[in-house]
Amino acid sequence: MKITAAAHAHKPLSLSDPDGFKYLLITLTLAIIGLFLVLPLATVLTEAFAKGWLTYRDSLTHPDTLAAIRLTLLTALITVPLTTMFGVCAAWAIARFEFSGKNVLLTLIDLPFSVSPVIAGLIYVLVFGAQGWFGTWLSDHDIKIIFAVPGIILATLFVTFPFVARELIPLLQEIGHEEEEAALSLGAGSWKMFFKITLPNIKWGLLYGVLLCNARAMGEFGAVSVVSGHIRGLTNTLPLHVEVTYNEYDFVGSFAGASLLAGLAVVTLVIKTFLEWRQAQDLKSARVASE
Amino acid sequence: MSIILNNISKQFGDFTALANINLDIPEGELVALLGPSGCGKTTLLRIIAGLEHADRGEVFLKGSEVTDQPIKNRQIGFVFQHYALFRHMTVFDNIAFGLRVKPKKERLHETEIKKKVHALLNLVQLDWLANRFPEQLSGGQRQRIALARALAVEPSVLLLDEPFGALDASVRKDLRLWLRHLHHELNVTSIFVTHDQEEAMEVASQIVVLNKGHVEQQGSPSDIYDHPANAFVSQFIGHTNVFELGQQDTFWLKNSGLPTPETGKVAHVRPHDIGLDKATGEGAQAILKDWQHLGALIRVELLSKDADGGMTTLFAEMPNEQFKALQIDKGDKVAVRIRHAHWFH
Repeated sequence: MKITAAAHAHKPLSLSDPDGFKYLLITLTLAIIGLFLVLPLATVLTEAFAKGWLTYRDSLTHPDTLAAIRLTLLTALITVPLTTMFGVCAAWAIARFEFSGKNVLLTLIDLPFSVSPVIAGLIYVLVFGAQGWFGTWLSDHDIKIIFAVPGIILATLFVTFPFVARELIPLLQEIGHEEEEAALSLGAGSWKMFFKITLPNIKWGLLYGVLLCNARAMGEFGAVSVVSGHIRGLTNTLPLHVEVTYNEYDFVGSFAGASLLAGLAVVTLVIKTFLEWRQAQDLKSARVASE
Repeated sequence: MSIILNNISKQFGDFTALANINLDIPEGELVALLGPSGCGKTTLLRIIAGLEHADRGEVFLKGSEVTDQPIKNRQIGFVFQHYALFRHMTVFDNIAFGLRVKPKKERLHETEIKKKVHALLNLVQLDWLANRFPEQLSGGQRQRIALARALAVEPSVLLLDEPFGALDASVRKDLRLWLRHLHHELNVTSIFVTHDQEEAMEVASQIVVLNKGHVEQQGSPSDIYDHPANAFVSQFIGHTNVFELGQQDTFWLKNSGLPTPETGKVAHVRPHDIGLDKATGEGAQAILKDWQHLGALIRVELLSKDADGGMTTLFAEMPNEQFKALQIDKGDKVAVRIRHAHWFH
């Protein structure tokens, strides 16, 4: 160990590692990750395939599972574009303009991060449920929100709407306003400026936000659980379907669904790493270009 | 008149950035907005461009009022301090941007655009960089591309915000001269912002000196240097010896040839308006403390004893040959002759 310390003599003393502390920490971290992340993930797969490939395939192609997959995709398809649009608008307003109440708006955007998802579901039940504020009016007009697809979409919107905005605000602030002003001075209108200058500059950050938003939209359990009503084949999203089948001791069905969600997580992670790398590259080149 | 500003005022909260600015800028001039940092020069430039809104006052470009027009309708070219090149586009696409975003019926055919971009690249002598990205260019190259991009839309007015501020000293020198020559060639009315008086004197045909949101003086470089309107301009442009004429100072200054001062006035004397002679005894008013070689000129640092025993430092400048002829060195006594002074309150 003395040799190691000598080899790193050029580093500050506080960073040298006389007792092999480094290896201890790495081992500990790996053990924890293995125990709490890798092992459960492996369990998901082994349980899903416990009764063989055919059973796995059958549970995935079961009409209820397919309905859950369809509903999950539909929810993501509707909420992700909406939160993306909201996120871009909100981030733009906050990063580019000075107005009173800006900090209040920032705090409000963060609200879904600090509120328990169950509460997010409950507030919609309180507002749109049969006993809620608009309950009578809605039932008079035969509009179903709670225990139906609109409720699921609303709850998902609530929990996902900070993702894109939170990602873009610091990015827009870092990029600055000068290129946009240059575009305007060259005769571009606001839309052309946005699509030709701003969007290309923020595209990796935007995709990053969209990706995280999508992962949350497809994986959300709490908020959706409250408003869904768990009607099989109708209002079960994939995470709800996993729970329902598990409670009915259909372990293969449950873990087959879980394996899809786990797969989504892995794909998300890979894309996320790629996007982070691209964004760092872009910011680096931008910093070089304005030196 | 190409640019007219009428009573332009601008507040940022409690801070008055600009107070009643009136300016007439004739066609074809290359104007420097010169002043210390925080004097409002960049704000004024941005108001002319339409990037900032004045609280009061009007802006006229080429005879028509543009106060409420957005920047895209003003036909201006703007060059940003940090270039603001579009980082995801090649040099070619950067320069072509202004031509390509024009409405369809005004837009040139792509082959015409190509021709024009290459002509501009040749103008800034960087045709070989067409396919590079901004991050691959040096600071000086970026600045020239930014200028070419601004010129592509054939602006009636060219505005440059601290165009040489972010460049190395040697590159800056070259680019100054180049900008002046380019302006001769194109003759487009141009305004650039700078805090560097040397840069303003070297490049501009007209200088507007700003201080604390006011115009202190407008004129040609020699006007401003030879006839400063007030104490601020005199001190900001070039070096100046300032003599606040209290009782004590008057004696030796009078002996130096300075006319009898009016009470309460301050004398500003340029270093080259001070002559020296080798002297002994009564005729000597100062001691040569030190001297520096500035190239063609020698700067002499003098100490003069006041009647009350205090010391006044003054600087004189003279050509090399003249200094040699005097045969004086550190510690020698000298007689001071003040040839010319500006008097300010």
